[in-house]
Amino acid sequence: MHIPDGFLDPKIWVGASALSAGALAAAVSNTRKVLEDRQVPALGVMAAFIFAAQMINFPVAGGTSGHLLGGALAAILLGPWSAGLILTTVLVIQMLFFYDGGLTALGANVLNMAVIAPWVAYGTYRLVGGLFKGNAGRTAATFLAAWLSVMAAALACSLEIAFSGTVPLAVVLPAMLGWHALIGIGEGLITVVVVSFVSRLWGLEQSGQKSFAGGEQL
Amino acid sequence: MNRKNLIWGLLVALAIAAFLSPFASPSPDGLERVAEDKGFLHLAEGKELIHALMPDYVFPGIASEGLATSLAGLVGTLLVFGAMYLVSRVFVRPKGNAGKGRS
Repeated sequence: MHIPDGFLDPKIWVGASALSAGALAAAVSNTRKVLEDRQVPALGVMAAFIFAAQMINFPVAGGTSGHLLGGALAAILLGPWSAGLILTTVLVIQMLFFYDGGLTALGANVLNMAVIAPWVAYGTYRLVGGLFKGNAGRTAATFLAAWLSVMAAALACSLEIAFSGTVPLAVVLPAMLGWHALIGIGEGLITVVVVSFVSRLWGLEQSGQKSFAGGEQL
Repeated sequence: MNRKNLIWGLLVALAIAAFLSPFASPSPDGLERVAEDKGFLHLAEGKELIHALMPDYVFPGIASEGLATSLAGLVGTLLVFGAMYLVSRVFVRPKGNAGKGRS
């Protein structure tokens, strides 16, 4: 869902960049409060894993593919603020070295994938995780959080493209949500598998426990 | 959570980038597919504002496409790890704020 240069008009990409910059400043200041020295390498490893996983496009339906976004994965394991920093780093490296996502669209891409996706995932995970206890509840919450995070990012992406006057909302929205409803299933499955594996490794069995990144409550 | 787990995590990421990336689906992703279907993909053509070193995740100057993708994946994974580590050290846990027990 990396938006290239050329899809967004200046008012949209400047606006999205301003929102992203504000969210990032808040992420740095909030992460600073909770992150401990020994946890710094974990952010690097999570970013590296998400970058690697994003390279693996899986086929979804007749000539289309999807790949993990990782916003839900990072938000559930490390909290939404750390997730924002991680996804932003991944997006910047992808833009600079691989031409995945445009320079003018960076702010919009950060907003969709590093801010909206992790926060939607985090909110869903807390809400649904609080409703049901036990392993099944945790799995359902994780899957739904991941699926919704992809749908929310696709919705935001559609709005940005439509309000740029590139293509009408009635055309882009159903198409984007349709494809990403399928891609989101892949996101959900990968996130469930990785979260359950890493949680066991870290000894985070209950959804009420503190996340690894310190004070960010899950 | 300890250093051993972190090293394993990084190795897993590197292995995914090196060994799985050549098998990734070459089909367009969701947004690209929509742009193609709805006829606005051409708006992105020739609009690149910066010259990327490894466009489309292909390491330059390598004849084998699979190997070029693997190399781009390895370099990218290490770059992302390094950049994230640096960003965390400089902006999140700068010296003076770092406290004791650096690991």
